[in-house]
Amino acid sequence: MRRPSYQPARFAAFARGLVLALVWVPVLLGSAAATAKEAADAATNPALEARVMAVSEELRCLVCQNQTIADSHADLAVDLRNQIRTKLQAGESEREIKAYMVERYGDFVLYRPPLKATTVLLWVGPFALLALAAFALWRTIRQRAQRLAAAAPSDAELARARRLLKPDPAGHSDR
Amino acid sequence: MTAELGHFALILALVLALVQAIVPLVGASTGRPAWMALARPAARGQFLFIAIAFACLTRAFIDNDFSVLYVAEHSNSLLPVVYRVTAVWGGHEGSILLWALILALWTVAVSLFSRHLPEPMVARIIGIMGLISVGFLLFTLFTSNPFERMLPGAVEGKDLNPLLQDPGMVIHPPMLYMGYVGSTVAFAFALSALISGRLDAAWARWSRPWVTTAWCFLTVGIALGSGWAYYELGWGGWWFWDPVENASFMPWLAGTALMHSLAVTEKRGGFKMWTALLAIIAFSLSLLGTFLVRSGVLSSVHAFATDPARGVFILGFLVVVIGGSLALFAWRAPSVGTGGSFEMVSRESALLANNVLLLVATAAVLLGTLYPLLIDALGMGKLSVGPPYFEAVFVPLMAPALFLMGIGPITRWKQANAIDIARRLRWAGGVSFVSAIVAPLLLGHWTPMVGFGVLLAAWIVTTAATNLIGRLREHPAPTLRAKLAAQPGSYYGMLLAHCGMAVFIIGVTLVKGYETEKDLRMEVGDTATIAGYTFRLDAIRERAGPNYNAAQGTLTVTRDGQPVTVMHPEKRLYTATKTPMTEAAIDTGFTRDLYASLGEPVSRTAWSVRIHHKPFIDWIWFGCLLMALGGLMAVLDRRYRSVRSTAPQPAQPAQAASSASSAPASGTPALVVRTSTRVP
Amino acid sequence: MKRFLPVIVFAVLVAFLAIGLKLDPREVPSPLVNKAAPAFKLPLLAQPEAMLTPADLRGKVWLLNVWASWCVSCRVEHPLLVELAKTGTVPIYGLNYKDKRDDAMQWLRERGDPYLQSISDADGRVGIDYGVYGVPETFVIDREGVIRYKQIGPLTPEALRDTILPLVRKLGA
Repeated sequence: MRRPSYQPARFAAFARGLVLALVWVPVLLGSAAATAKEAADAATNPALEARVMAVSEELRCLVCQNQTIADSHADLAVDLRNQIRTKLQAGESEREIKAYMVERYGDFVLYRPPLKATTVLLWVGPFALLALAAFALWRTIRQRAQRLAAAAPSDAELARARRLLKPDPAGHSDR
Repeated sequence: MTAELGHFALILALVLALVQAIVPLVGASTGRPAWMALARPAARGQFLFIAIAFACLTRAFIDNDFSVLYVAEHSNSLLPVVYRVTAVWGGHEGSILLWALILALWTVAVSLFSRHLPEPMVARIIGIMGLISVGFLLFTLFTSNPFERMLPGAVEGKDLNPLLQDPGMVIHPPMLYMGYVGSTVAFAFALSALISGRLDAAWARWSRPWVTTAWCFLTVGIALGSGWAYYELGWGGWWFWDPVENASFMPWLAGTALMHSLAVTEKRGGFKMWTALLAIIAFSLSLLGTFLVRSGVLSSVHAFATDPARGVFILGFLVVVIGGSLALFAWRAPSVGTGGSFEMVSRESALLANNVLLLVATAAVLLGTLYPLLIDALGMGKLSVGPPYFEAVFVPLMAPALFLMGIGPITRWKQANAIDIARRLRWAGGVSFVSAIVAPLLLGHWTPMVGFGVLLAAWIVTTAATNLIGRLREHPAPTLRAKLAAQPGSYYGMLLAHCGMAVFIIGVTLVKGYETEKDLRMEVGDTATIAGYTFRLDAIRERAGPNYNAAQGTLTVTRDGQPVTVMHPEKRLYTATKTPMTEAAIDTGFTRDLYASLGEPVSRTAWSVRIHHKPFIDWIWFGCLLMALGGLMAVLDRRYRSVRSTAPQPAQPAQAASSASSAPASGTPALVVRTSTRVP
Repeated sequence: MKRFLPVIVFAVLVAFLAIGLKLDPREVPSPLVNKAAPAFKLPLLAQPEAMLTPADLRGKVWLLNVWASWCVSCRVEHPLLVELAKTGTVPIYGLNYKDKRDDAMQWLRERGDPYLQSISDADGRVGIDYGVYGVPETFVIDREGVIRYKQIGPLTPEALRDTILPLVRKLGA
């Protein structure tokens, strides 16, 4: 409300303000009532959107420093998400969509490396290593037990040790 | 002037570090007590001068001295003072200086808390840490000098990356570095023992609190990083298996293995070489992480902007330090004794199985992280290895280790009976199994992943309870209170840390299994409901921050008509860099987080808003906190404190390169009794 | 001999890391090299009613240069393209990527037009088909419509002299 610059107009200004308020308030309340609704989903088809995100989470954004297409705001990521949406709507499967991406960008675009000759070491390696290490551990424990059993003192040596360790009856023990 | 002062202080620190590195080591090998005695003062002197350098750099930031190149690149006059200080470690040069500072700090700690150790050992430990310090100071002075001037000075700085203008940045790097750098201590202990040939149970006992303390810091540091990513990055994720994240996780895994292996070496004198090797590996992974983050060989959101020239230096440093220590290990390996024998079913075996599993998991993470580099270097193309791989491989490898967590503590040393163990754990097994079926159903729907997670977590907790009850029952003290008081702090520490892991597993499993989100377009007045919570967008208004402008939303949250909270997600635009940033609003709760973020305005009246319901997500970081607290309890165990209170042993100059003896040389009789082989 | 295992493993690791220092982890080579150039049908920048397809260019060796008026690096390589166009060695066609027609035309007026024709890829779909992930990029396509080389990033005099022009000569001959 602008303050009136001269007295006589003060009442007029006040009256104007009051009328405006009386008009606006119902409009505001009314508009609140009219727009207080359940928020619409950002996407027209949330189920489809969820699938788009699921596929996007497996694909790498090529212009980012290690981010998925799902998380990135880069232009290319948005474009690719749109492509994925169109393809899903057309009925393509996740595998077909991934193949489409790989055709254009190479295996680099997949965050789950495909199993091929160059990735056998990657996928099988850890489990092979586990098997190897477990075997090595088992063998080491067994060998060690055998080695120590072989080096263990014989009964005669044990008897002699016992005799030496017994306290001297004359009390000269040094323990 | 301040920058030049700082530069000069760094040079002095380097000189002292050289003294600290060379003199005590030579003194220990030649039996000169005066030379060995130089270790402690040199270490403290080095710390003093690095601290001065660090203070000078901080001063330059606070004073907005944009003639210092590093300050101009990472700060801005509009930046709040607290972030000007954290910007000191916001870039490569400053964070390397922080590394050096924290290394000097750990060395001072070793110099203070080592009265009970033999002088030659202390001299060697401090000397080896000095060598590492020399490496880092040389690196700083020759390739990454934070005090470099730019003349004429910049009018205004480039500002700190908005993502880093956050309390998380204040604490996450220092904590993380305390953990990373702390592994240097274990490394130095191991090398010192290898050099002197005194690799024995005493060495293990002395190393243990250092290893555990560093591990605690690393646990907290990683948890802070994860929590920070969660609330800062705006998409609700908390771990991405990013190369830099993996670079901090691998030392943690190796450190965990080392802690458990030290238990065997301390209690039973066994597997000394393996433990020493683990200490070298843990530190090597820590250095390797430094290399990966700063050399540009891997692509990561966290990577420092840096150049391959620095990478060459660090690689050279790696070769000298790690190559040297592994060569030393290979040379010394045959001359160390074996230790006691034990059966296939025994606590030793269980702990070593733990080691195998943790190390294979570490190797898997390393393989996945480096594989793209490997394939590219061999000219076989370009690959990406991301979360789908790590999750598919890491979880199956860790699951057996988690299962063993229940069995190990209950198994006797040297020789145990599998049937007996199974019998003692049948109640725990039953309860776990039932929980795995029932709990997911109560929370919503049952899935194999959630069932398995609950099974593991319940198993860990019920076996811990079984262990505690059995142990209290067997204890001869007359009252429950006396029984509880009689157990060592390290025992409770173990239980707490293991239960912390169970809490962590619950957090991860339940949030992955049951989180929901909604992506909406909201106008003022609109409501949306998720998991029983109703969100109403009350307003969107402009807000001006110290160095940014923001659009701030007000979301009122109710549940069954009862008010829950009001959330204020923001979309900020930072003035200096013109970078937009999402500041999510999170309502933290014991059983759930509500997470709301503001996207873009989609029309004149509507905004895109994302709301998430994340059940039990805070249990992830709460579990990590419990693990760290458990470690702390173990470190504060009486037996370490009583060691410090005994009289220091007289220096024995002739003892320089004596060969191993298994009996602890500086222990008191009370200590010998305490570390006897009763089941802890 | 087991005790030497850690040093050996470390040595192998260092070797790979050393090689890695010379590589760029973010450069993505194109899987389309030696494959048929993806088909498209796009309007010309200058005359939107007319269309161009790769089939129209069968029988000659040509360059496809991806550019945009909003692309900063394109300004660096553009003089090279203008020079190359003057020599008439190889026809250059432009793919105007995710740009506005007016901005694009203005940009060419200001800096010179090396392109025989430029085509408008307003939504970037064709760019995706060609595996474009940054601007600028340049493709060398042969008489049969097969992609023979992709230059990632701006053209440099060295790239032109050592790789692209020799390849064009080889394909043309």
